[in-house]
Amino acid sequence: MKIGVYTCQCGINIAATVDVEKVAKEIEKIPNVAVSRFYKYMCSDPGQELIKKDIKELKLDRVVVASCSPRMHEPTFRAAVEEAGLNPYFFEMVNIREHCSWVHLDKDVATEKAIELITGAVCRAEFLEPLEKKEVSVIPKALVIGGGIAGIQASLEIADKGFKTYLVERSPSIGGHMAQLDKTFPTMDCSACILTPKMVDVARHPNIELLSYSEVENIDGYIGNFKVKIKKKPRYVDIDKCVGCGVCAESCRLHGRIPNEFDMKLSKRSAIYVPFPQAVPLKYTIDPNNCLMVKRGKCGDHPLCKEACDREAIDFSQEEEIITIDVGTIVVATGYDIFDPLTKPKYGYGTCENVLNGKKVVFIQCVGSRDKEGNEYCSRVCCMYTAKQAHMVRDKIPDADLTIYYTDVRAFGKGFEEFYNRVKGENINYRRRELDDPIEVVTNADKTVVKAKGYSDIEADLVVLAVGLVPKEDAKEFSRVLNISQSSDGFFLEAHPKLRPVDTFTDGIFLAGCCQGPKDIPDAVAQASGAAVRASEPLAQGKVEVEAITSTINEDLCSGCKVCERMCPYSALEFDEKAGVMRVNEVMCKGCGSCASTCPSGAISMRHFAVKQIIAQIDGIVAHKSKGGK
Amino acid sequence: MSKDSFEPNIVAFLCNWCSYAGADLAGTSRIEYPPNVKIIRVMCSGRVNPMFIVNALHEGADGVLIGGCHPGDCHYIQGNYFARRRIAVLKKLLEYLGIDERRVRMTWVSAAEGKKFADVIREVTDDIRKLGPTHQIRRSNSW
Repeated sequence: MKIGVYTCQCGINIAATVDVEKVAKEIEKIPNVAVSRFYKYMCSDPGQELIKKDIKELKLDRVVVASCSPRMHEPTFRAAVEEAGLNPYFFEMVNIREHCSWVHLDKDVATEKAIELITGAVCRAEFLEPLEKKEVSVIPKALVIGGGIAGIQASLEIADKGFKTYLVERSPSIGGHMAQLDKTFPTMDCSACILTPKMVDVARHPNIELLSYSEVENIDGYIGNFKVKIKKKPRYVDIDKCVGCGVCAESCRLHGRIPNEFDMKLSKRSAIYVPFPQAVPLKYTIDPNNCLMVKRGKCGDHPLCKEACDREAIDFSQEEEIITIDVGTIVVATGYDIFDPLTKPKYGYGTCENVLNGKKVVFIQCVGSRDKEGNEYCSRVCCMYTAKQAHMVRDKIPDADLTIYYTDVRAFGKGFEEFYNRVKGENINYRRRELDDPIEVVTNADKTVVKAKGYSDIEADLVVLAVGLVPKEDAKEFSRVLNISQSSDGFFLEAHPKLRPVDTFTDGIFLAGCCQGPKDIPDAVAQASGAAVRASEPLAQGKVEVEAITSTINEDLCSGCKVCERMCPYSALEFDEKAGVMRVNEVMCKGCGSCASTCPSGAISMRHFAVKQIIAQIDGIVAHKSKGGK
Repeated sequence: MSKDSFEPNIVAFLCNWCSYAGADLAGTSRIEYPPNVKIIRVMCSGRVNPMFIVNALHEGADGVLIGGCHPGDCHYIQGNYFARRRIAVLKKLLEYLGIDERRVRMTWVSAAEGKKFADVIREVTDDIRKLGPTHQIRRSNSW
């Protein structure tokens, strides 16, 4: 057995706290270590060449690299090892950066720990076995979840590449938050004018199947072969018959009586409605929480909408329907919610009276953002939308008295600083305050007063809170449906904050837009394009490599007790009645190893995480110290 | 060896998706913590066979930490629950063997909890330091 060990300095990231020269020397003493080197950047081209050269010239059997997290560069080194003719699973990686040099200050201590960790890996490496990567075919279809601007963009781009795309939107129309906006900063484009053509493109695209008023219930399978259960909620309107004429809404008994969510409840709608006139699809939906017929089974002596519709599109017998679709990849574009200012009573939201005819307007920024007790992150859009709103008030009411309480104006995007300067020049009073300084909106003798530390009080006619963006209310539950993670702020977690910003840790699932973190429209669109490309790659390839790390059963040892069968959440273990033993479906197996730890006969082994490999690693790590390594 | 100068040797089995990623985040966030815990990566905490834990104690580890995803968040749906049950049973066996069950600890750390990971490492190190070295099943002359 010849093992090559390579310790990376990572510039000074590792070398500053780990004495790599000493490490290399110590590791060389371990039996079976044929060569032990250190180098500035093992992941660089010359670093990889070093390994390849040694594999060929020294005829190495195993390679160990001690550098950063395997979650980062394991694939890089596996590929290098493979290129030199070694099985890629004859490679073992030790994390001496994230788990050692970056978290310890004392060089002696960190060096000693690095030696122990590498010793463990070398001992394990001896027992590594060659594995074969498997390929599975890919269903050349994609699913996009969420029909806001990010989901629209992603759907159009995947569909344009020639792949069938399902776009699932939970509300009756696509368009998302962007459809609710009037103007967009910093160019003051009309939001509808740039969005609605794209919505129409979605509806018309031959490769896009729009599933509006539908929700993703469950996802099974793996990259290339996802099985997705979708709940189609009853609209009580046959969308094949409805032409969107709106006669039904006019005739509804509750016409003009239900607050319209689309307008933030400032306007009223009927129980049968389209959220906005440019909705896609332009099909009416009956709101089951308000419709008398749906709620009580009775609407006066008969439902007026049904009578009014001469196309007989209204169908109260519709029921929820579950459909199953098969797709190869998934783009998640589920968006965000608005911070609820009711949770911060000091701003007076919900308690102070709305006065909308005045001229004295106060804007307060960072409501629900940059809050050390709440959402610590910056929502990235509020500075600019506040500037936009101030500009629009100035435009409509030239003599308005406008004040903006801000902490830092973050005008980081293209054209943002220029826009901010323009707005500042429109006689708008920008008042700087510290984030922690008290600010309060109170009602004082019918007047709304804004009290901010260091400034005179303002009796305002209108107070506008620049509320931040928060994760969707059901982000946690949905992260479980998707089997992806959330970051500490509650948004979905990308696979790498810099280099894999649209990937998730679940192969085949990608992120676009604000579900991954607050973004403005151009950033959401750019990310959606990125996600569309990533999601199209496996579809274009037609096949993907799947995990070679699966369980395997020694049939001579298996007693057929079936204890493992219940442990497997993927139904990858099946009992072979004829042979009386369990068998593994290697494509279904995801390699968690729960079955192997359960088998009372020791018949199940995990590839790459076999008992002898792990025991050897434990021995290497622990015994190094026990035998007086220090 | 006095308890004050005793530096425990601890092995941690961390699942690839949550706890190991949490440890990575502690690293990228440069959160300092004691060096006593050495990490072994497994794909899922459900892979942790109680035998691994016993073996670590046998080889001379003073404590063992098992880290999984938070309940309900397991990348493999339920592996962390299996781990939790196995460790509960193992702790009974350890008591029977005269080994303080506090030497084995299970924790939930998500990929976003770098700070929590560092806190757990500090706690575990302190706890095991107070318990002192294991000797019950430790192999006296190692390989």
